[in-house]
This record gives sequence, C-alpha cells and structure tokens, in this order.
Amino acid sequence: MRALDNVSVAIRENEFFTLLGPSGCGKTTLLRMIAGFEYPTEGSIRLHGEDIAGLPPFKRPINTVFQSYALFPHLTVWENVAFGLQMLGRPKGEIASRVAEMLKLVHMEELAQRRTDQISGGQGQRVALARALAPAPKVLLLDEPLSALDYKLRKEMQIELKRMQSETGITFIFVTHDQEEALTMSDRIAVMSKGKVLQIGTPWDIYDKPAERFVADFIGETNFLPAAMVGIEAGMARVRLPSGVEMSATLADGYVPSGEATLVVRPEHARVVASGGQLSGLVENVVYFGTDTHIHVKLDEGITFMVRQQNSRSQSCGAEVGARVGIEIAPDAAQVLRD
Amino acid sequence: MARALFDFRTRGRFDIRSQPGFGAIALFTFVLLYLPIITLVVYAFNASDSLSSWGGFSLHWFAAAAQNQSVQDAAWRSLIIAASAASMATIAATMAALATTRTPPYPGLSFKYAFINLPLMVPEIVTAVALLIVFAKVKVWTGYTGLGYLILAHTAFCIPFAYLPIRARLEGMDQSLERAAADLYAPPWQVFRRVTLPLLRPGIIAGFMLAFVISLDDVVISEFVKSGGQDTLPTYMLGQLRRAVTPEINAIAAAFLVLSVALVTMFFFINRKKA
Repeated sequence: MRALDNVSVAIRENEFFTLLGPSGCGKTTLLRMIAGFEYPTEGSIRLHGEDIAGLPPFKRPINTVFQSYALFPHLTVWENVAFGLQMLGRPKGEIASRVAEMLKLVHMEELAQRRTDQISGGQGQRVALARALAPAPKVLLLDEPLSALDYKLRKEMQIELKRMQSETGITFIFVTHDQEEALTMSDRIAVMSKGKVLQIGTPWDIYDKPAERFVADFIGETNFLPAAMVGIEAGMARVRLPSGVEMSATLADGYVPSGEATLVVRPEHARVVASGGQLSGLVENVVYFGTDTHIHVKLDEGITFMVRQQNSRSQSCGAEVGARVGIEIAPDAAQVLRD
Repeated sequence: MARALFDFRTRGRFDIRSQPGFGAIALFTFVLLYLPIITLVVYAFNASDSLSSWGGFSLHWFAAAAQNQSVQDAAWRSLIIAASAASMATIAATMAALATTRTPPYPGLSFKYAFINLPLMVPEIVTAVALLIVFAKVKVWTGYTGLGYLILAHTAFCIPFAYLPIRARLEGMDQSLERAAADLYAPPWQVFRRVTLPLLRPGIIAGFMLAFVISLDDVVISEFVKSGGQDTLPTYMLGQLRRAVTPEINAIAAAFLVLSVALVTMFFFINRKKA
C-alpha cells in the first residue's frame, strides 16, 4: 500500500496553497512529510532548492498548526507562543517583543497569562497560529485547523487566516476536506485522491475546468453528459450530444479523447427555457434554496440534469413539475473530461 | 401501567443492593477485614501489657516504641531502603515506559512489556530464595555486607509498580504535543525536558509513592536478603512476635498503618488531579 504515489507539487513563495481531498487521500501524509514527522521512501522534498527530506522536524524552518492545536497544557498562552523562539535561543528582549507582536496579530494580548485549558476553542486556534507564526517560518503548515470550530467562527477564521497570510508573507500550505474552504481561501489548490494529485490549479481552474471526473464530482455539484467527439476547432472540441445537437467544449490540459467522451456542465451554467436549447426533458423536481432554485430535469436520454437558477423577487423560476422544457447550456460552459 | 425495565432513578430489581442477604454479606466482609485492624489499633493504647485485657487508655506503648533503639534503627533503615529503592525503580520504570510507548510497535514489544511486569507474577518466595543464593556468593566474593543488597532487591521488585502508573500516563498523553515541540525547534532532549517530563510528573510521583509503600511493606524478600543486624521495620516486628509480645508491637503497627494510609491517600489524590 502506498500512502502517496508519484506526487509532484511545486509550491510558490508567499502562496496560499491548499491540499484538498477526502479523508484517506494522502493529504495529511504529505503534510507530515513536509513537517518531518514522516519520511518518504523515495523522492525529495526541496525548500529553496535544498533537499530537506532527511532532516528531523526541529531542523526544518517549517511550523505546523495542528488539527487538535496541540497547545502545551502546562504552559500559559504567552509561554506557548514563546516556545519556538526560546528553542531557537533568541535573546529575551527579542522573544518578549515578538510574542507581543504575535499575540496582537491574533487579538490575544489580554489572555497572555491564561493557561491554555482556560481559553475557548476559537482562542486556542488563535494561540496555535501565533505559536506557529512566531519563529517566522519559511512555510506554515495547517492541518484542517478550522474543522473543530462552529460555522460562524470558521467563516471568521477563514478571513483572518487569509489576512495573516498576506500580512506575514509566509507560504501557507493548508490541508482540508472542505471544498468551499479551499475555494474561498486558496491561491492554488491541489486535488488529491488515493495518494495521487489529480489536478493543480487556481480555484477558478479547479471549479470551472475540472480535468477528471473525481475533481468535478468532489468540488461542487455537477452534471455529467455522454458525448461523441466530432473534431477539433481552434483548440476547442466539437462534440455531439445524445440529442444530436452539436456544441463546442473546452479540453482539459489539451487532452483529446477519441470517440466517446464525458462532458461536465456546472448547474449554474445552464438555464431552463420553454423551448429550444441543446437538451430537452421533463421537470422532475423543483427545490427552493432561498438564494437560488435547483431544477432537476429528466432528459429524454434518461439522465437527470440539474440546473441552478438565481432567484429574484419578481420572477418565478419558470418551471413546473411535469412540464416539458429545454435546457440551454452557456457557450464555453462545457468541458471534456480526461477520463 | 408498564414499568420501565431499567429505571435508574429508583432501585430496580436488578440492583445488587436489593438482593437478599446483600447487607449481611457486606457487613460480614467489612467486619472480617477491619475488626482485627481496629482491635490492633485500640490495644496500642492499652495501659496494661496484655493484648487481650483492657487496662485503661495510655500512650505509654507509643513512647516505649519511640524510645526503643532497635525500633528507631529498623524504622530508619526501612525509610532509607524505601527511598533509595523507590527512586531507582522510578528512574528505571520511567526509562522503560518511554522505551515501550514512544516507539512504533514491533514484534516482541508485548513480550518486553510482560518481561518488565514479570516480578508481579513470580512468587515472592522464589525471588527471595534466588536472591539469597546469589547474594550469599556475592558477599563472599566482595566482602561487602551493607544495605546495598536490600536496596537492589527492593528496586527490582518495585520497578513494575512504578512502571504501571507511568506507562498509563504516557499512553494517555496526546503525542501531538511532543510533535508540536519538535516542530518548534526542540531537539529530542528538550522535548523530553520541556514537554514530556512536566506532563509525566503526576505519573512519576504516583509511581514513586506506590514503589515506596511496596518497599516499606515488604517482609519475605527482606527477611531472606538482610544480613545480621539489618532488620527493617516489618522484619523487626516479625522477630518480636516470636518472643515476648507486648502492646508495643501494636503501637508500631498503628504508626506504620497511619504512614501507609497517608502515602496511599496522597497517591490517590495526585492520581486524580491528572484528570
């Protein structure tokens, strides 16, 4: 069994980089290797060109925010934040000013003398961040640090994390299984599954141009359509839908499948029309979500296609269960998958 | 009306306390356990020198025991042996516990675990006879006849008692704390000194006290290993019982009891504080 197989990732300086995938995909193993808690059997880990794969954790200029925070329970908030600087043998004056600066950054100045079992989960999160940032590491690793927080606090911390990353200029490597978190915070995302990296790209790339079925399926809701390749025109694929209608679609990394292919269309890139459109079928279900409405249409080919339409106060979505409708897919909204 | 099968607010019919004869058995057990001890303590305050007839209240026997040079020597010796043996056993047990918990599991690890706890299973008399034979030879070779033999023997059988609470504490410790320390530039020794050791302290204190009480209380191994004039408090008491028995022995026993109970109570509270 390989926890990680042929993984190659290049992370840029000052980047907010996210490893995204379901549990057991190897993202935490990769993080632990970068931190030095596990050693790769093959390959190298380079930091500014220097191979650090063989170095123990205490010799790597990399700090970690642990999922459980791992705050030292026998030390105060102040002592926790000072720990790394003390171990580096920094002078007392420098430690005091740096700790004060870090506590200010995470808004924890007031609670500096508290013991870590006397603070809340959200505060513990802030202390863990301050502690890991205090020694000014080259890279900060974050292992699902927001998963223990409730929804509102998590939203706040997402913005805070982003702010700290831009203020400190440190490279963040963030591990999460939450696709929304990944999309909102990252500069780039690596989607992982079963020990492999499937796609690396900006949130926009990953969401709008998923290269593989797993990526499209894991991130957001999506529709898959079978299609036949007709040809290539100006770097775009010309495909024929089962309805016989032809349309153009983007290709993943220039990959050209032959014969049969799978198209992916996001639900918000299509709309329900009374007649016309590239597809047609019967409305199966209409689900109201407040900001938008999901319309499930049973296509003539037997597949269920989902359309997401923005709600407005003056207009209804224009679809009733049982009605015969057409589906219009926006130009350039379809992407041909690699698999 | 249907009655709840398990009603935890009232005593249901499955409550052991409502079984017939429960009260009587419980009472009998407590009497059997504590009546002899209570009698022993009460007669320590007897003014007469009989163990069976009450001659009025007196602290006379406590004074006699305290002034008895042999009792003083034996008590002092017991404390020295217990303190030395418990210290050495605790250090050894701490190292053993670290070695058996801070390592990825490998074949033979459970064997080592059993091996460390072996003294709990070997009948004490067997260990005692074995030590008697070995130390007799060593005494001839080296000519040394001091307390070292007793301290060594006590250390050996105290190790598993010190090991158990220390190991339990280490296993319950969140290992990401040690990882966090290493991540924050602490080399292994600093991780131990700054994180593991402070968090382990309650386990170490508990282990030390348990070992101390076990050593203080030992009769069999001490009896076999001691040289002439090396009586510990328990072996002294045993020796006295063979001769004239006065309530002085009750007084010594009562004082010993108080010391043991005090230590075990402290052990309990230190152990509870960790939660």
